[in-house]
Parts: sequence; C-alpha cells; structure tokens
Amino acid sequence: MSEDAIIRLKNVTKHYRLGSIATVGVKGFLLHLPQYIKAHRRQEPFRALTDVSLDVRRGDCLGIIGRNGSGKSTTLGLIAGVLRPSSGEVETHGRICPLLELGAGFHFELTGIENIFLNGILLGMGREEIEERLDDIVAFSGLGDFIHRPVRVYSSGMVGRLGFSVAVHIQPDILLIDEVLAVGDQEFQRKCFAKMAEFLAQGITMIFVSHNLTAVGKICNRVALLEAGRLVELGEPEHVIQVYQQHLANPDGREPGT
Amino acid sequence: MKTGKLSYYRDLTVVLLSKEFKTRYKSTFLGYAWSLLNPLMFAAVFFLIFSIIVRIKTDVPYPLFLITGLFPWQWFTNSVNASNLFFLGNSTLIKKVRFPREFLVFSGVLSDMIHFVISIPVIVLFMLYYHYFPAEGFAATDFPSLHWLWQVPLLVAVQFLITQGLALFVATVNLFFRDLERLTTLLTLLWFYLTPVIYPPELAAEKGYGWMLYANPMASLIVCWRSAFLEGTLRGDLLAVAAGFAVVIFLAGYQLYRSLEWRFAEIV
Repeated sequence: MSEDAIIRLKNVTKHYRLGSIATVGVKGFLLHLPQYIKAHRRQEPFRALTDVSLDVRRGDCLGIIGRNGSGKSTTLGLIAGVLRPSSGEVETHGRICPLLELGAGFHFELTGIENIFLNGILLGMGREEIEERLDDIVAFSGLGDFIHRPVRVYSSGMVGRLGFSVAVHIQPDILLIDEVLAVGDQEFQRKCFAKMAEFLAQGITMIFVSHNLTAVGKICNRVALLEAGRLVELGEPEHVIQVYQQHLANPDGREPGT
Repeated sequence: MKTGKLSYYRDLTVVLLSKEFKTRYKSTFLGYAWSLLNPLMFAAVFFLIFSIIVRIKTDVPYPLFLITGLFPWQWFTNSVNASNLFFLGNSTLIKKVRFPREFLVFSGVLSDMIHFVISIPVIVLFMLYYHYFPAEGFAATDFPSLHWLWQVPLLVAVQFLITQGLALFVATVNLFFRDLERLTTLLTLLWFYLTPVIYPPELAAEKGYGWMLYANPMASLIVCWRSAFLEGTLRGDLLAVAAGFAVVIFLAGYQLYRSLEWRFAEIV
C-alpha cells in the first residue's frame, strides 16, 4: 500500500438488509410484526460489496466500471461518506465533492444565483468562498442572463451545466462523478472533459463511474472493474476495459474464483 | 478550525432558511400577509364555532383568548407536520452528500418559529382593539409588557426544544416507515384537542382532567403563553413541566436521529 493514498478502502464489505420495513409502513409493520421479526432473523443480507481493497493516489483519475448492480454506486457512497461499511475501513483525506444528479440540491423556484449559494454551501463551501468564485461559476456555466431567472425555466441541459459548474469550482481534493455528464450538449460535454483534464493536471483526484467506456478510457489513468460486488480487475484502462468487454460478450463465462 | 465550523453552520442555516422564505413567498402575490392570514383564518373558523355557536366562556374576549394560544400552537403543528418531508424530500442530497442533515430539520423549525414571532404584533393589535387591560393598575401602555422581554424568548426556547426534538423524531422515523405521515397529521390533530387552545383549561379541570396540564407539555406551554401575553405572568410549576419535557423530548429526538443517521443513505 502506498503512503500517499488519498482514498483507501481496506477489505470493505457492505451489505444491505433487503425487504426492509421502509416500504411497508407502520401499518404493515404492526399488522405483520411476527413475520417481520422472523424474516429479519432468517434473512441473508444482500452483499453489495465483498472484501474490496483499493488505494487511490493523489492525482489519480480512477474509473469504475461494471454492470448494473455490481456495486459502483455503493463504492462511491462509501467514499463520499454517506454509507458506512459493514466491515473493513474506508479512509479519505481532504474535501470530497460529489457531482450530483441532474438538479439534485437545487430548488426550482430559486434563481440560478440563489441555487449556486444553496448548492455550494450544501457541498461544503462557505458563503465567502462562493462569493469569491461567483463570477467564475457563472461564466463557466455559460447561462448568461438566465442565471437571474428561476431554475424551473431552465432546460435540463442548463440545470446540468449549473450543477457541474458549482461542483468544479469547489476545488475539491476528490471529485466524485457518477454518470452525470450524459446531459448537456456536445459543446458542454467537451467543456467538462476539458475541465476534467485540467483537474488531472492540477492533481485533483477523481473517481469516475460510467458506462461510457470511451470516456473512461480517455480520461482515467486507472480503471477498476466490479462484478457482483467484487473487485475483479484493477489497472491500465485499455486492459481492464478489454476484460470488461469480454465479460459483457460472454456473460456466463465467469473467471474462476469470482 | 472551530470557528470555521461554526461559520459554516451559520452559512448553512442562513441559506436553508432563506430558501424556505423565498420559496414560500416568491410566487405568491400576498407574500408576508399569507403567514398572518393562515393562522387568522383558523382563528376565524374557531371563533365562529366555539364563541358564536358553542359559546365557550372565557374571562377575556374569546378572539384574544384564542389567538394567544393558537399562534404558538400553529408553529408547533406546522413544523411537526412538515417534518415528514424534511429528510424524505431531500433524498437525492442525502444519498450523495455528507452534510449535517439535522440542519434540514433545524431550518424548517426555525422558519416556522420566525413566522410565529412576526405574528406577535397581531396579538398586540387584538389587545389594543379590545382595550384589554389585564389587571387593575395596568394601563394600555403596559402592554406589550416589559416582562415579555424575557418571557417570550424563554417560552420560544422551550417550545423550540419540544418542536425540534419531535420534528427530528418524525423526520427520522418517516424514512423507515413511510406512512407515518398520515399518522402524524392525525396525532397532531388529536393533540390539538387535548391541549387547551380553543377551550380554557378550567373547563377540563371541572371535568377532572386538570392533570392534563402536567402530562401534556404543550398544554402547560400554551397556558404559559397565554398568561404571558395577557398578564405578563408565568406559572412556575407549568413552566417547569414544559421545560422538563422539552429537554427530554429534544434529547430523545436527537439521540434517535444520531443513532439512525448512518443508515439514511441506504434507505431513502
């Protein structure tokens, strides 16, 4: 294990209890209390991640790929600190900024400017910090006069641009990107990739979860492949992507031992 | 580092609070008037039913009696009923971002508290309108009483603890049991009738339910609010009951939130 790891996952296992009481409500819970207690005892928890160990060095851009349900988002959640590992350790250093889904953390009745403050502060910036960077954020978003209008009149591309613009100006140590670049036009995507390249040059660490293998291959310097909650490959982008594509082409052909 | 954290909490509170206010008023023509109109409309309905039709006897003019209890009650019930969505309504944020989530509840309760505080002048207007002189030796100029300077903040603090504790409890539990929402509205309604807001506590005492003032913190608190507004006095025993409950409710709600908070992102 290298000493300069900015993110370190050590034998991390995460399981969820399925069929939780969340969906049945008080009524269902009270009416069927004995069954729930029984089911709760009997139930094998669902393993979202099993024994994953992973070091990310400062300045790395790590791509995480894998099928739906392979544990990509869980990994991201653990790094972001919103999930707690069931066993193992997650260690991170510095400010972490997750790039949010379209419009998350925005209020649609507020103007673009007001949302920049709302979103920026929720993501961990202080008010003064945002004021200092406000011009840059507005300029980068390319929203022009729309920035003074309520977000409800924005197109989805515009909402995405505003969100990305806030996130990249937080100057995080670690940026978490979960398949959000699918929105926005070509021009904006180009700008985002340029910004990510700039981050890479600045030494900001990035975790990039995506199904867009071309983008992953282009931006990331390391790629992790998850399958059914296990880390099956970690290394050079070309190699890992190739392995993944073989898996996709041959879904039943699991590697021995996985 | 410590001051950095404090100033961050301040910024977070301010931005969430201003969101509450802006979104509540931005697209409404009447703006601030709405926040007064809402409790006043309730007051008008209760006045119609309980003063004109049912004729509940009170020492003070019924509208005055009513609003001195109803306004603080509305803060409580609005916050508790809204708390169902304080976490659930921000599920995408909770799933992705690590930030002190209790501030979502805090800012909601604070916003209702501010609405209550800015409605106090309406109570004064009613007192003036009814030429209400609380006791011998008091002149109209004695009200608002100087005692309010410590009584109002004190009662606000006690009610804040009760409301925040209960709101944290409801907001948290509602993530795990999604139909709690319906139950809360029902229970707060029931609680309303068990609290001497629309009727004087003496009426309950006559029927042998006087102990309710000591078992229901909102009952003792509402009686305190009323006597503070109308007489500039507080009953020490009732204040102690309310404050004692407040601390317990707040700590229990906060403790529940603390112990379940790490699972929020899993279940939203």
